[in-house]
Parts: sequence; structure tokens; C-alpha cells
Amino acid sequence: MSDYRIQGATGEWEVVIGLEVHAQVTSNAKLFSGASTEFGAEPNTQVALVDAAFPGMLPVLNGECIRQAVRTGMALEAKINKWSRFDRKNYFYADLPQGYQISQLYHPLVGEGEIHLDLESGATKTVGVERIHVEQDAGKLMHDQHPSFSYVDLNRSGVALMEIVSKPDMRSPEEAGAYVRKLRAILRYVGSCDGNMEQGSMRADVNVSVRKPGAEFGTRTETKNVNSVRFIQAVIEHEARRQVDVIEDGGTIVQETRLFDPDKGETRSLRSKEDAHDYRYFPDPDLLPLELGDAFLAECRASLPELPDAKRARYEDELGMSAYNAAVLTADVTTARWFEALLDRLGAEHAQRASNWVASELFGALNRLGRSLEDSPVTPEGAAELLALVADGTLSGTLAKQVFEIMLETGQGAAAIVEERGLKQTSDTGAIEAVIAEVIAANQDKVAEYRGGKDKLFGFFVGQVMRVMAGKANPGVVNELLKKALG
Amino acid sequence: MSALTDLGVAAIRDGVAAGDFKAREVAEAYIANVEQGRALNAFVVETPEHALAAADAADAARVSGDLKPLSGVPLGIKDLFCTKGVQTTAGSKMLEGYKPVYESTVSGNLLAAGAGMLGKLNMDEFAMGSSNETSAFGNVLSPWRRNDGGNVALTPGGSSGGSATAVSARLAPGVTGTDTGGSIRQPAAFTGITGIKPTYGRCSRYGMVAFASSLDQAGPMARDVRDCAILLEAMAGFDPKDSTSLQLDVPKWEANLAADVRGKKVGIPNEYRIDGVPAEIDAVWEQGIGWLRDAGAEIVEVSLPHTKYALPAYYIIAPAEASSNLARYDGVRYGLRVQPEQGGLQDMYEATRAAGFGPEVKRRIMIGTYVLSAGFYDAYFNQAQKVRALIARDFDNAWTKCDLLLTPTAPSAAFGLGEKMSDPLAMYLNDVFAVPASLAGLPAISVPAGLDGQGLPLGLQIIGKALDEQSVLNAALAFEERAGFTHRAEAWW
Repeated sequence: MSDYRIQGATGEWEVVIGLEVHAQVTSNAKLFSGASTEFGAEPNTQVALVDAAFPGMLPVLNGECIRQAVRTGMALEAKINKWSRFDRKNYFYADLPQGYQISQLYHPLVGEGEIHLDLESGATKTVGVERIHVEQDAGKLMHDQHPSFSYVDLNRSGVALMEIVSKPDMRSPEEAGAYVRKLRAILRYVGSCDGNMEQGSMRADVNVSVRKPGAEFGTRTETKNVNSVRFIQAVIEHEARRQVDVIEDGGTIVQETRLFDPDKGETRSLRSKEDAHDYRYFPDPDLLPLELGDAFLAECRASLPELPDAKRARYEDELGMSAYNAAVLTADVTTARWFEALLDRLGAEHAQRASNWVASELFGALNRLGRSLEDSPVTPEGAAELLALVADGTLSGTLAKQVFEIMLETGQGAAAIVEERGLKQTSDTGAIEAVIAEVIAANQDKVAEYRGGKDKLFGFFVGQVMRVMAGKANPGVVNELLKKALG
Repeated sequence: MSALTDLGVAAIRDGVAAGDFKAREVAEAYIANVEQGRALNAFVVETPEHALAAADAADAARVSGDLKPLSGVPLGIKDLFCTKGVQTTAGSKMLEGYKPVYESTVSGNLLAAGAGMLGKLNMDEFAMGSSNETSAFGNVLSPWRRNDGGNVALTPGGSSGGSATAVSARLAPGVTGTDTGGSIRQPAAFTGITGIKPTYGRCSRYGMVAFASSLDQAGPMARDVRDCAILLEAMAGFDPKDSTSLQLDVPKWEANLAADVRGKKVGIPNEYRIDGVPAEIDAVWEQGIGWLRDAGAEIVEVSLPHTKYALPAYYIIAPAEASSNLARYDGVRYGLRVQPEQGGLQDMYEATRAAGFGPEVKRRIMIGTYVLSAGFYDAYFNQAQKVRALIARDFDNAWTKCDLLLTPTAPSAAFGLGEKMSDPLAMYLNDVFAVPASLAGLPAISVPAGLDGQGLPLGLQIIGKALDEQSVLNAALAFEERAGFTHRAEAWW
């Protein structure tokens, strides 16, 4: 793989990227209150008194959020800190009712871990995770409700977030994209975050700096709240180019916070380091240090599902799937679950054929229909029924395609379609031999050519026989009998 | 004045239960006293209808045999406790008119035990003060006056100044207070009553307007030790809504009350003998030592070497926490909002907080912001936390030699209103004896010991081991019996 380089007037530059991903923890209630976390409710209908910071209200930790963050840490092969603590991050803003965010600066819940990336070039890369800490989300300002006032919706206020901080290990937009996608996949496997970037369940602060290859790290900028993989990559490209231009024009990069403008594809300065908030972090005296017991940790570990890397290896090594199929089928938990539901019915011995069918036939059809696996018209059970008919020789590949099309159109089951329309494949040698004789008689010239050494024509004869038999002939039997007849 | 208001918590409870008088008569008598005592400005809000309703419920409960532990007892509630539907201000203009939709756990526990509420008691703004002079709702006057014939208005102490005056002037048989660095004990000492701060975590802080979360602790103030034990028992208890509340059963403090210190060792900490403290306080201390010895305690000298660092550490930690706890008063969701013409969010914050907070609160927010800021955190806040740990260790070491400590509660008797307002450091010194137990989270009681030459009450403090309120109360009872403090402020109001 060729390294990603920015071409500058003074030569090549390397970009250094670190990501802080904020992932909303999947839980029914908020981090420190019992208010609901459901997305899309009317403004200010999911707000407990503590979320709105009424006088005398106190936070009470939601253990489920901690459990999810610990499971996430375990999935990232990270160190779980059995002793951690919550700190207050103090600043004033209208979407922050307490005047501070409860976060973890000094003693985060999860320490160092790593994520393994498979890049499109086929190369692999390991990106370090610095830490994961748990914190509260803020509310949301609404600027379109009144001509001169902003309104605030506190439904998100207090929702649990995991901040997953990477090491500055990425060197290209592609790597950053692969990191976010892989992280998202792991979170969704673990079930600790739905990974929905459009709804804001996952967003990233993008740290970018440039340097001459191999030199010391440059000064970084941080672009806040970027909410899609495409935008993250755009931020990196734009920021790297901008920084190179600034430096080559004799300027210096200042450490600052920037915002991404998706319409212009640019970042712009939000505030410089001098204007940076002094957050006055200190341990939150309303909360005791968090100590995790061995039984709790054991439960967290036991509850982890098979993760994408392990599943992919198993698909290849044990189920004999192609590397491509194994990668495609394990990339997202929904696909993997769908596929395994199919295998449960069909039997693991058919994994290879099933993986081919899902990766080509099913995905092709879904693509054509503009649908996703979640709303696939064919269930894993339905697919298993179809593939079982192929496995037992009832359907040929060609017939199976026909039946699948009918399934997609009518929603009927495969067996019912076969029964109703008489699509069963025949292995009746007498009937096939009769058709072969017919085809040979009608194509004497081609028979002569074939016998004269033009082997490629064999496929032509197969096609003719299948056409006459409307695809219902067992291809194996056809091959065998044809060879005998032409022999 | 009706004799019913001479009755304290236990006497009212027992009298109502025995049918000696009706709870309604008690409530009416106290309500009359509250009205007659308005010149003292102890109450920010009076809630006679609440006290009467609870009294009627108590009288009905007596008939049906359903009396609760505090049936028939009307109480005053410090205005730091959120009370459902009743204005709760924490003594600040910021919260003027604020009526919570929820009840604090402590006040809720008292009401659930059958108590009635006479009203909300005046206090220093957000409990920041030692004289009740920082209240946005005016000074509270002590019922006590010097015996020099002058009419100098004296402070009841603070921050629970309204609470102290209410008990001392017979406006209530008992009240709630809160103590962050002496706010129960110092006013109790100034007004000749008894007040106990329990072990940190005994009482839930849910619904108590926060000043300094790691120090704030509710406790009762009443006329004697038994009444304090009764009230504390009703207030305390584990509360899942407060993560720092202790998951322990509430001991039967009243049932186990015994004026017995035989076999107990009482430590006298050297470091509490400080310069500038009036000789009368030393004399009262000596007298108190004698009483406890007389009651069978062994007196031992102990050392708490880091005592002198307690006050500075306290005045870093408490303001630091306060600067964060008070950030929520921003004019956005409740309380005061000052919206300058054409102003933006920042202008609204500034105008609201400039108008809503008094000078002492602003001073502490600034101190707290400073000690937490980048570059100063280690030098101040972190250092203060280390000092706090050393102070706790001092006590742990002392407990290897003794079971209790006896010290003065405050370094002076009540002072005149206005005398110390211009000198914050002199004001902060009021807490010098109270703060170490706060930093260590230990139970401590102030009991009246006698009068000084000017006829003003002086109190002594008994500090106990964590969770050992029983020994503190028992020693206080033994002390109380020997002190025989029956002095009362003459009603001039």
C-alpha cells in the first residue's frame, strides 16, 4: 500500500490523526437519572429533576451504563479500571443545566486497548485506544422557535456517553474511516451503542496535525462533533491541506478548536487555545468512587458475544468461506445475525454455499430493491428453506434463482412455489436423454466441430438442453449424459 | 405566653400521646409565638396551616391509635431544605419565590413521622456565613442580649441562625439545621441550645440545596440532648437518591440514651487552645472537663497536630465545591432571571448572577473558581484535599487514646450584628473549632455550658468517632445534667 501523502511546495507531508468518538450508551435510562433516553420524543418530555439541575437534586449512577462501557472496553481488549471516579467539568452554557458535565478526567473507567483494521488495500493496521470514559451528554439548543430567543430541549441532557479516545495512530482518511466503521461494528456487536450517526448516537472530534514523514508530531487542531464517516474524512483532507498551506506560507498552526461546515466542506476556527475554557475539573463530591467487583466483571465478560474479528476468522477457518464472504457477512452485527439464523436452519455444513448466496443473490436483490437486511422481504427461515431445496437437489441453481425472484415478488415460501408451479428439477435420465438426442440432431455441424476438438462448445450443448427443459434438468445429470452422448 | 411552648419535643410527643393536651393546642401556641416573634425575623415563610393540619392528624391518630414518632410536634425547617409547594430560597434572592415540586428526604422523613411544619427558617445565603447576616431576607436577631443594659442586637450565629433563634426564643420546640463547617454547632452555642451534626452520610442530602457537597450534613437543633436524639432518629436513614448516604440502619439513639460516660476516655486536644480566645471560654472548657470527669470519664490530653491547617483547607474545599454547585443558578430554568435589553446569553448570566447573589456568595464563588483553575489546582485544591486526609488521620490517631473529644464550640460568645461583616477573615475564624470535625465527617454536638460575664451563652463541643453518635449523645446528656443550663433569653420582642 502506498502511504497517504500531501504534496506541498516543500515536499511530501504526512497527516497524523487521532479520534475522540462519543458513543451514546444503549440504556433505557440516563446516566444519573431514571428519565427515558428514547430518540425523537417531544422536547423536554424526558427530563428528570436532576437532568434539569433543580436545587438539591443529586445524581445516582445507572449501573447498566457502566456495564455497557465495561463490556465495550473488554471488546476493545482494553484494561478495565476496577477503581474509577467521576469529575466535574465546569463551564456555562444554556444546554448544560448543572453548569458542569459529569465526566471522568483523572481516573477513567477503561484504559488502553486496541482496534484492528482491515484496509481496502488488503493491509491490516492496529490503532491504539487511549481510554474510554463515561460522561453525560448535554441538551440541545433550538434556534428556530422564536425570533429573538433560543430554546433548549433537555431530553438529551444526562444521557450516557462513552468517549472513546484513540491514540494518534492513523495516517490517512481511509484509516480513519476504517477505524470508525470498525469501532461502530464492535459497538453494535456488543450492543453498547446503536452506532446511528444520523441520530447523533455516534459523533467524533477529529484531531489532525501534519509533519514531514518521520518528524516530530506537529501542532494539532480539533474539529468538533463530526457526524459521518464521509465528513470525518473530509475534515482530515481539508485540515491537512490547510495546515500544509499555512506552514509552507511561513505561518504556524495554532492549537484550536474548529468546526466543520458540511456545505462548504471546510473547517473554521471556533476558539483558540487562549480562549479555551478552563474547565476546573475536580472530583464530583456527589458521587463515590466507582469500584467494580470480580463478579460484575465476570458477568460483563461472559455476556460478550462473538466479536467480528473472531467470527470472521471462524467463518474462514472452520466454515470454509471465502475471505471476501467472511468479511462481508461479519462486517455488521445485523448481517451476521441474519446469516447465523439462516445457518441455524440450514446446517453449518452448507455455510459456504449459503455465504455465496447471501453475498451475491440476496445482497444483489436488496440492492436492486433499495432495501436493507433489516427490512428484507426474505427472512432467514425463508432463505434456509430455499437453500435446503438446492442442497437436496430439488432445485438447480437456475431454478433457485427463479424461485427466489418469485419469493421476492409474492412473499411466498420456496417449497410452496416449487409445488405450485412445478419448478422441481428433474434427474429423469430418460427425459434428459431424449432432449439430448433432439439437440444433437438439430446441431450436427456443432457436434462435428466439438468432436473436432472445439471443447468450448460443450457449454453450448448444456445451454440448449437446459433451455428446452426450461431449466428444470439437474445440471450434473445433463453434463454426465451429454459427455456420454457426444463422447 | 402559653406554658405549652415551654415543652420540648419529647414532652409534646408524650403529652399528646397521654392525652394531657391536644396537638392542635400545641400547634396554636407555637403559631402564636411565631407571630409574636416576627421581630426576630427567624422565619422567611410561616406555614401555620401546615402545622395545624399535622396537629389535627396527630389528634385523630391518637384516637385511632396510629400515633407516629413525632405526632403532634411542630417543627421549623431551615430554608435550605426543599419543601414541596412551599417557597424554598436558601436565603438567596436567586431563589425568591421558588416553590419546589419535590420534598427533601430529611424534611419528608420528619413529616412522615407525624411532625408539622411551622415555617421555613431564615439562614445565611446558601449557608455561607456565621452570623446570618448574608441572608437576602434580613438579619435574624438573637433573642439574647448582653447584661450591660444596652440593646445591641446580637447575631444568633449562622448559617442556621433562624433555626437557632426559633428554638432559643420558643418559636419552635425543634428545628432542622445544616452544618457544613459549623452551621449547626456555632449558632447552637450562641443561643444556648443543643445541636448535633451527625456523621457525614447519616442524613440524605437529597433536596437539600447544596453548598459544599462533601461537607454538607443535616442535623437537628433543639433545647436538649434527648430532643436532638429523637429528631435525628427521624431525620436520618439510607436514601438511594443520595449516593453518599450511608447504607446503615438508624440506631435507636433515644432508647439507648444514658447519661453515662463511665469507662470512656475523653480527649482534650492541645491544639484547640489558641491565642485570642477569651479566658471565659477556657474557664467554661475547664468546667466541662470537670463535669465529664465527675460523670466517670477519664480525661486524657491528645494532640491533633494539623488542626491549624483545617480552617484554610476548609476555605478552599468548601468554596471550590460551592463555585460548581452554584453554577446552576443561571436564570435559565427557575429562580431569578435578569435579561438585559439586547443582551445575549452571557449577558443574562452576568446580570442574573450579579443581581441574585450577595457579596459573600460572590466572594466564595470567586475563591472557589480561583482554587480550581488551571495552574492553581495542585497548589490549592489538591493540597487542601491532602490536608483534609491528614486531619482525618489526626482524629484516627486520637481515637487510639480516647473515645470522645471535648472542645469549645466557637472562639467567642455571640457578637453584635455588623461587628464582623467588614472582616471576612474574622468571620471565618468563628468556625475554627467546628471545621476539623466537618472535614473528617465526624459526629459533633454543641451543648450549652454556661454564661459569660455579659450573660451570653457559651457552648462546648463533643466530637465522636464516625457512626458513634450514641457515645456523643450520651456524653452530652451527662454533661447537660451537670451543667444544669436553664438560662433563657428574656422575651423583649
